[in-house]
Formats: sequence, C-alpha cells, structure tokens
Amino acid sequence: MKTPLLELTNITKKYPGVIANEDISLTVNKGEIVALLGENGAGKSTLVKAVFGLVRPDSGEIRINGHLIAPGDTAGAIAHGVGMVHQHFQLVPVMSVTDNIILGDEPTRGLFINKRAARAEVLALSEKYGLQVDPDAIVENLPVGMQQRIEILKALRKDVDLLILDEPTAVLTPQEIDELLNVIRNLAKSGVGVLFISHKLREVIAVADRIVVLRNGKAVGITTPKESDEESLAHLMVGRDVVLQVEKGEAKAKEVVLSIRNLHVNDDRKLTAVTGFDLDVHAGEILGIAGVEGNGQRELVEAICGMRPRIKGSVLVSGVETPDMHPRRVHAMGISHIPEDREKHGLVASYSIEDNLVLNQFDQPPFAKGWIRNAYALESNANTLVKEFDIRTPSIKTTAGALSGGNKQKVVVARELSQKTKVVVAAQPTRGVDVGSIEFIHNQLVAARDNGAAVLLVSAELDEVLSLSDRIAVMFGGKIVAFLDGKDADRAKIGRLMAGLSE
Amino acid sequence: MIKKYLGSRWSPFVATFSVILFFYLKDALATTSVVATSITFGLPLAMAAMVGIMCERTGIVNIGIEGTLLVSSFIGFFVASVSGNLLVGLFAAVCMGAVSGLLLALLSVTWKMDQIIAGTIINILATGLTSFFYKQGHTLPSTFPEIDIPGLSAIPFFGPVLFMHGPLTFLGFFLILVLWVALYFTPWGLRSRSVGEHPGSADTAGVSVVRMRYLNVTIAGAFGGLTGAYLTLELVGSWDRGFSAGRGFTALALMIFGRWNPLGALAAALFFGVAQAITNQLMITEVVTIPQQFTNMLPYVLTILILAISAGKVRAPAAEGQPYEKESA
Repeated sequence: MKTPLLELTNITKKYPGVIANEDISLTVNKGEIVALLGENGAGKSTLVKAVFGLVRPDSGEIRINGHLIAPGDTAGAIAHGVGMVHQHFQLVPVMSVTDNIILGDEPTRGLFINKRAARAEVLALSEKYGLQVDPDAIVENLPVGMQQRIEILKALRKDVDLLILDEPTAVLTPQEIDELLNVIRNLAKSGVGVLFISHKLREVIAVADRIVVLRNGKAVGITTPKESDEESLAHLMVGRDVVLQVEKGEAKAKEVVLSIRNLHVNDDRKLTAVTGFDLDVHAGEILGIAGVEGNGQRELVEAICGMRPRIKGSVLVSGVETPDMHPRRVHAMGISHIPEDREKHGLVASYSIEDNLVLNQFDQPPFAKGWIRNAYALESNANTLVKEFDIRTPSIKTTAGALSGGNKQKVVVARELSQKTKVVVAAQPTRGVDVGSIEFIHNQLVAARDNGAAVLLVSAELDEVLSLSDRIAVMFGGKIVAFLDGKDADRAKIGRLMAGLSE
Repeated sequence: MIKKYLGSRWSPFVATFSVILFFYLKDALATTSVVATSITFGLPLAMAAMVGIMCERTGIVNIGIEGTLLVSSFIGFFVASVSGNLLVGLFAAVCMGAVSGLLLALLSVTWKMDQIIAGTIINILATGLTSFFYKQGHTLPSTFPEIDIPGLSAIPFFGPVLFMHGPLTFLGFFLILVLWVALYFTPWGLRSRSVGEHPGSADTAGVSVVRMRYLNVTIAGAFGGLTGAYLTLELVGSWDRGFSAGRGFTALALMIFGRWNPLGALAAALFFGVAQAITNQLMITEVVTIPQQFTNMLPYVLTILILAISAGKVRAPAAEGQPYEKESA
C-alpha cells in the first residue's frame, strides 16, 4: 500500500471547556482534493493548524509522506512540504508583494537581500502558476482577491506537496471563486495534495474529490460529491435538516421609508468611497446590496447610521432628514443597525448579555427611571429576548465576549429587531455565524420586513443577497451599477456586475 | 529608490542646514564650535533613539531606555574607575545594557507583561540600584581621547565638526548607518520589521517571533549600554545620581519624529543638538540673558513640541506593544 501524503491518526485537541478536535483521523493522497466541511466552531481550523504546527494537539499522530511530525513543529511541517493559506491573511500590509513572498527565505547576495533576484523569482513564480501579481505593489493597497493570490504564491514558493487552504473563498467574488477553484484543480493535477476548508456546500461539491464533514470536533462523515448533495451535506454538518432556501412570502412593498439622495462619503484614507448615491427602500421590502467588499458598502452603511461624515447629500427617513454623525439621534429616528463588525460596533464584550441587549436604550423607560436603572425591567427584557431569539447562554449575566460568534450575533439582532423600528440596516448579518444561526437570523429579517420595516441588507455573500432580497442593487466602485428584481436575478450576471463588467 | 528608505521627512535637514548657514556667515568660528557641540549633544540622543527603533520595529515598546542608560553608564564608570581601564568599563557597560534588554525581553516577551509597565520597572530599578550603590569619590583615570583624523580634520568647518571626535562618537555614527542598512537591506531587517508589523506573517513564514524579539531587544540593550558608556567615559568623564537626565525619554520622541527610521531619528537628534548648542552659545556670550532655569527647560519643551507636531501624522509599527499569542494566529 502506498504511503498517503498526509495521514492524521486520532487527533485530539481540548481547550478549556471545549473539545476542538476529538479523535479525528483522515488521509490526503497525492493529487487529491479533500474538503473539510463544517460549521464555524466545528474544529476545522484547529485541525489544519495542528497539521501546520500552529496548534499543538493533545494526542494523535501527524505523518507527512510517512514522516512523523512533532506537535507544534511549524518548521518541520514546512520542511516536509506543507504550505498553508490562512483564513486571515498573514501578510504585512505596509510591505511590497515581493517582500511578503520572500519573507523567511530571502535570496541574498552577501549579507544583503538580493532585491533583483527576489523580484525575478516572484515574477517567475507568478508566471509558472498563472497567478498574475505586481511584485512592487504595497499589499495594503491591493484588493483581497489579489492578497489571496499572494498568499497562495507564498505557499507555493516552498515546493509544497500539500497545500492547506483555510476558508479561501470567504472574501471572493463568484468569478474569483471560480478562478480559485480552477487553480486548485490545476494544482491537484500537477500532483499537489490539497486540503481545503469551507462551509460553503456549493464549492465543496464543485471541487473536492473527497469530503470530510466535521461537527462539534468530530468527523461525522466521509463522502464524495457523487454520493451526496447540498441537503445531505447540510444535514451532516448541522446534525438536523436545514432549510437552505429562505421561506418567505411575497413582499408587500408600501411607501418609501429610507431615501438616500446624492450621498458622497470618504473612506478612512480620505478617498471617495461612495459617489453620488441615490437609493429608495420601501416599507415591507428587503433591498439587498450585492458587491465585492471594499466597493463602498461599509462607508455607505456607516454614513446612513451616523458613524461616518457625509461629505455631501442626505439620508431621509419618511421624508425627514437624519442628522450627520449622530448615531444616537439616527437610531431614535427609527434606523436600527446590525453592524458589520459586531465585536467593534455591536457589543461591549465585557458587559453582560442583559446590558448589551439595551445598549441603545438603557436610559429610557422602562430600563431607567431618571438616574436609576431598573434591574427588574432589564432582567425581564433579557429573559424574553434570550428565549425569543434563541440565544444559547448559561445565564443573562454572562459577558457577551464569552459567547460563540453565532450567539453574539443573535444578541445584536435581538437588540436591534426587538425595538419598533422603521428601517433595518443589516451589514453582513451572518458573517462568521454557524448555519443554524444563519437560518434563524434570515427568518428574523424576513419577519421584520413582514412587520413593515424597510430592510437594507448589505452582504458580501451573494447567496445571502439572492435568497433574502426582494430587490437587488449591485454596488461597484462606490456606485450602484444595476438594480435587479430579486426573483429572477441571475447569479452569473450579478457576478459580472460585481466585478465591474457591464453585463 | 533610495528616497523611499530615507523617509519623506526632510524638514529637520532643511531647518538645521539653514540655521547653520545663517550663523556661519555671521561668525565662522563660533558657528563651527556650536555645530561641533551640537553633535556632542545630539549623538547620545540619536544612539538612544536607535535602542527604541530596534525594539519597536520588532513590536516591543521600550520606555526603559532611560533606565538602561542610567545603569550602564553607572556600571561603565565604576568598573573603569576601579579597574583603571576604560575598555574594561566600556565592555561592562555594554554587557549591563544587554542584560537590561534581556530583562525587558523576559518581562514582555516571555511573561507577556504590559510593556509600558515592564519599561517602568526597568527605569525604577535602575534609579533605585544606582542610587543605592553610588559612592562619591571615584574618578576615571581619563576619558577616551579625541582622535583627529589626519588631513580631514584640517578642513575648515567640516574638520572640527566631523573629524575631531572621540572613538565612541565615530563608532556611534557608524553603527547608526549600519543599523539603517541592516533594517532595510538585509534579511534580518525584513524579518524584524515583519515581526513588528504583523507577527503572524513572520511566524507562518517560519521566522520565530519570540527569538527575533529576544535578539533585537538584547542587541538594542547592548547598544543602549554603549550609549551609556559614551556619556560617561567619553563625553562627561564623571557620574552622578540621575546622570542620564531624561535622555532616554527624549530619544523616544526623536524616534517618533524620525518615523522609526534610523536616519530620520539621527536627523531629528542633530536638529535637537543644534538647538541646544545655540542656546548654550547665546548664554555663554551673553547675547541674551535668560534665567538658566528656562534654558534648562529647552530639551523638554522641544520634546513636547516635536511630539505635538508629529502626533497623528506618523505610523507606528502595527504590532507594537502586543504580546504575540501563537495559537490565535
């Protein structure tokens, strides 16, 4: 029997209170693409980090080409031909593409880095694998798709036999995803083994030779794309049947509630991010904004919610202009905001769930009487919402920081949607959230719509926009390049629009 | 290409140059002496700023430079006066500096202590220990003698300014240049900077963050020891309580003003030195009569001004002050 490229035997890794990996065994052969499928928190990342030596497993064996790799031995893993593309890019933002690629193994002339040789090497590498990059560009100025290419080149530079990709498609456009899947197929053809992590069923079925499903740290199934479909994989992942398509009735759009007129907004570098934006959202509809991240969506949302100065233009709620740079008054006028970055703008990690649930109304009755907070009202509010929004927590006094991503998000959603609101601005509402919670949050957004709110959904996940929206606006370069009807929107067409192509 | 590594902040150069030119046209002799003095004032600050740069470029905030200067100059002075040998004193000072660096690395890298507190510990420790062990009555056999480079030192203005100094002055300038080249043109520099900007990327590229930080903080400490030795064994020739006189803190401001670039910090330090030398000259010649208390304030006022000017415009190494947690990578 030939030796597999990668052989994991009974890997177990425990963190305080959590078993990240329990007794996982799997193999990857030369030229094979193995997908690790699982929800967030299922232990996928921990497992591949163990292979790469970034996590030290408590027990179990890792063999690469038959060689036993000591736990936590990154250098050993690299030496035996393992390359890894991390979920969070491991690039130095202020350095050039070349510097990032050569880091750790620099071509030298005497004591100095041979910059000319380094540049030539990067060009040769990019030629060899058909991944175009500009060797002199500074990484922080590049779009994420390009940054990922650099990550892949960085990994491929070291003559890898096994390439690990940790959630590589999370930030890409559909076209970029297709390109990436092709790159993966070509790599496999050239004999590289690929271990590929994803929670997106479509990609896994499209590219994998074998699929390993993880749930709660255990390998619960090994299958192939031929033997499975999206429903059966989702069932394995979650452990119960999941409704992938959001069930929603016909939208009953009424009057315009949120209108944006000629809005101009700058990004953090003071460059124009939103250019002359006009948009109307009606009560009782979900308007989805599709687009690759970094095309002005974040700036748009922040300008609407009063968190970023409006250079020009206005945002109106039911015809009344909302104040610039005043989140509190904007909220009081009926705009609820599910922020993109819940850790930064949605929650105070060190506060209890109970307090987080009233962050924007803690000083209003019944939660406060004059100066004094009303502990009873706080508690009963928290108990109701925890039940209603299915927030899984040991207690309402638990700090928000201790919750899982999905439950944190449910706290934010509960706070924003439990109040009477005219407009809901939801930015990436299911980012980093497990499949079960995604389903729940989607249903809540539809419920808000049915209760007559105007919902503005911004998401980088095209599937999410497609399944929730009654109307779709595609954003590119700070502008809306097209409006489409939600029912008969075509994936491929939106993908092209997102990439800035006309059709 | 070169311009990129010099840093874009030319204002210290321009300001310094125009001030010198103005005075040289008025009074050549006095100006030469002022500029030569300004190097004496500026160089120790520049060297101390290098200590900060080496640490912060790898992500360790070092506010313990003051302590390093104090304790290493103390050791340098006493070892030299007891042994009667300046070189032995120099060696002791450099070792002491390295030990203080190693202590900072232990506290902030291994024990992941808050780096501001770690630095403060070093400062307090240095003040306490040196005050406790200090005894009056010791003297140095001599100080490091001035070296006049034959030929070059005869050039008017540039000769006295650039080519008539003690050995440690030349060494200091040389090492600052070496540091600049090393930081931008060698694998060590690339790795150091990546550790300070984004340790995860260094770690995943097989560069040990912990080793890199230990190495750089220790070398920086040794460099701080050299600075301390320069102050006592070459510049002043004696030692007293509180000898380092806040230079370690001023150096941090200069590091920021110089944008964490060795040449930038050097330029800022020399500008600083010129300002101080001019004030001294004006006092000596009694052109202006300001109470001495005010001239003594000058370094601190300038430090505040410099920080106020550069605050918000400069970009520190991104991972500065954060202990690196491998598993969260």
